[in-house]
Amino acid sequence: MTDSKPVEPAAATTTASAAGPRVALLVTCLVDLFRPPVGFAALRLLEQAGCAVTVPEAQTCCGQPAFNSGDRATATRQARFMVEALAAEAVDYVVAPSGSCAEMIRAHYPALLANDRAMAGRARVLADKTHELTSFLVDVLGWTGIAARLEATATYHDTCSGLRGLGVREQPRRLLGQVEGLSVRELSAPEECCGFGGTFCVKYPDISGRMVGDKADDVVASGADLVLGGDMGCLLNIAGMLKRRGSAVQARHVAEVLAGMAEETPAIGEGPKSAPG
Amino acid sequence: MHVTSRAFKENVRGAVTDPNLRQSLATMKTGFRANRAKAVAALPEFEALRDAGKAIKDHALAHLDYYLERFEERVVAAGGHVHWARDGDEACRAVLDICRAHAARVVTKGKSMVAEEIALNQALEAAGIQPVETDLGEYIIQLRQELPSHIIAPAIHVRKHQVADSFRAHHRQFPADRPLEEPRDLLDEARVVLRDRFLSADVGITGANLLIAETGSTIIVTNEGNGDLTQLLPRVHIVVTSIEKVVPTLEDAATVLRLLARSATGQLMSSYTTLSTGPRRPDDPDGPEHFHVVLLDNGRSRMLGSEFRDALRCIRCAACINHCPVYGAIGGHAYGSVYPGPIGSVITPALASLEEAAGLPNASTLCGRCEAVCPMRIPLPRMLRNWREHEFARHLAPARVRWGLRIWSLAARRPALYRMGSGVTARLLMWLGGRRGRLSWAPMASAWTRVRDLPAPPPGGTFMTRFRTMQGQRRSRR
Repeated sequence: MTDSKPVEPAAATTTASAAGPRVALLVTCLVDLFRPPVGFAALRLLEQAGCAVTVPEAQTCCGQPAFNSGDRATATRQARFMVEALAAEAVDYVVAPSGSCAEMIRAHYPALLANDRAMAGRARVLADKTHELTSFLVDVLGWTGIAARLEATATYHDTCSGLRGLGVREQPRRLLGQVEGLSVRELSAPEECCGFGGTFCVKYPDISGRMVGDKADDVVASGADLVLGGDMGCLLNIAGMLKRRGSAVQARHVAEVLAGMAEETPAIGEGPKSAPG
Repeated sequence: MHVTSRAFKENVRGAVTDPNLRQSLATMKTGFRANRAKAVAALPEFEALRDAGKAIKDHALAHLDYYLERFEERVVAAGGHVHWARDGDEACRAVLDICRAHAARVVTKGKSMVAEEIALNQALEAAGIQPVETDLGEYIIQLRQELPSHIIAPAIHVRKHQVADSFRAHHRQFPADRPLEEPRDLLDEARVVLRDRFLSADVGITGANLLIAETGSTIIVTNEGNGDLTQLLPRVHIVVTSIEKVVPTLEDAATVLRLLARSATGQLMSSYTTLSTGPRRPDDPDGPEHFHVVLLDNGRSRMLGSEFRDALRCIRCAACINHCPVYGAIGGHAYGSVYPGPIGSVITPALASLEEAAGLPNASTLCGRCEAVCPMRIPLPRMLRNWREHEFARHLAPARVRWGLRIWSLAARRPALYRMGSGVTARLLMWLGGRRGRLSWAPMASAWTRVRDLPAPPPGGTFMTRFRTMQGQRRSRR
């Protein structure tokens, strides 16, 4: 690949090729905007696991903002757009560093596009091929080759869509168990929603603030110096509350730690010179 | 149905800063949730039981007309009467007519959410009849002139010392310096006060957890035994209930009851499970002389033909409420409906109107825990989203939200435009975040930054920009 022709919007860009399964990375809009290192961590993990990863260029957002606001027509248009953009027919799997976006595609795209004769079949193909990152590595690939090291005590927040929508619970913990030097302490209520909820957090800031306040209390009480999770929305919310309170506890996406990239970027909501508080 | 949900946002502001409420809700989380988890873990067939319960209710709802008529037939055969009420007014009128026919002046009441739904106490008081709540929680909120804040623990928002205050204010017959610090003291005092009322009441009103079509029986479950005294001692027993509570057989009722207590309080069975079939027969040692059932519709048959039908399976166990993080943050009163929590946010718009229920269906993160614990597997998150779709279609959603989505949608289907927008946003946020890597205030995001900081993206641009650059480098290296 030496020619430098501009890539077609719907075409995919390929990373170092391998003979393993072909995976399209669904970056997710929040990772794209707020936490690009998570995308690169996912890339590295997938490549370490032997996948040939492509990043479909036309992808934007899975459509949850519209879907959960009751704008079904817009959500359906967005689903149709993303089915085209992700072109799942060309790969074996579509993987996202997010339970929320993966669940949107798996659980809701087929229903949104059920009456669209041209798209219903493609939506089902995409849904069947789409996985959350840690569950893909563990459940689909059975991969246990984590080569990362981090001296830290972490705790893990189970994000709602991943946990209850996709059954993601043991997978991230199993992978974290292979990170050298890392110990994991459970929260007292790891399955309690953090209060993000997409647009909920700005529609009802008082309720959301109370919920994430309780989550921050739980994180601090665990004694961990790092809180991990699998969804950027929840992590922005939890990090935002910890930092507002001046807590030194760091927040990161689980993929950053698993890929051994935790020390390459300041934690979420921290700057290069970010003193606690 | 009287609903004050339009004040939801204002109510929430008061609720999240109320230290008494916070204490009460913390107790609820550790109590109800832990007890249910224990009870479920102890029953290996719990999931199968859920399926069985759901199947029973689905079948009953699919043949609701048949089972209701069969139920009425059996009630009448046992010597009782059935009154059909289309709405709350008709139901209250039916109750008042019966009370008047028996010249009732004092009415004892067992706990009934349907009576709360139709505001029966207000109707009785307006007619000069004194209602006396006999469930301890209901009695406490009656003294405090409040609505229930929880469907199985109506006074869960009240702290012990607040109960003592109410008792001292209302029970003037006792010495002012009596000890009321221990729960036992409060319970004993309520018992003494209520004992007289049980004996002097002309009519007893209860709700029903289930109606059994094959026998014409109504069932209540209680933990205090107050329901039995309410329905056995007065001459007249009125059951105020709603149409979706009917199941075909006694056997079906047993299945549902096994789910109910475990899901609600974590008990295997409630302390008292009482079946009523018609008035007292000649050889019965006790029981009422007259037995009436008021069957309320109030929007339920409309739900039956809609996408909200599954919510009619609800057996009012409150598991969804007990596990709801939003309820756990704000308590029940903020909802402005006698049915709070996830199930309340689904049925309040159906029983009252979407306009009156205002933002309730939006007040959820759709975290899914309600559906995960619902013994009847009601897809509550799906229904909350369905209401949002109705709201959106009927232009009840704020213009700000509609326009925001329109603009977002335009960009989200035009990758080049989208990349440009996210690139500019990323740079702006990074610049505003500065060396702290976060924003304490952000333009157009004050609802976020009011309660928490907004983490800024790290330097280097969006993922897609960086990835393209990286690809370019990889290519030129080769």
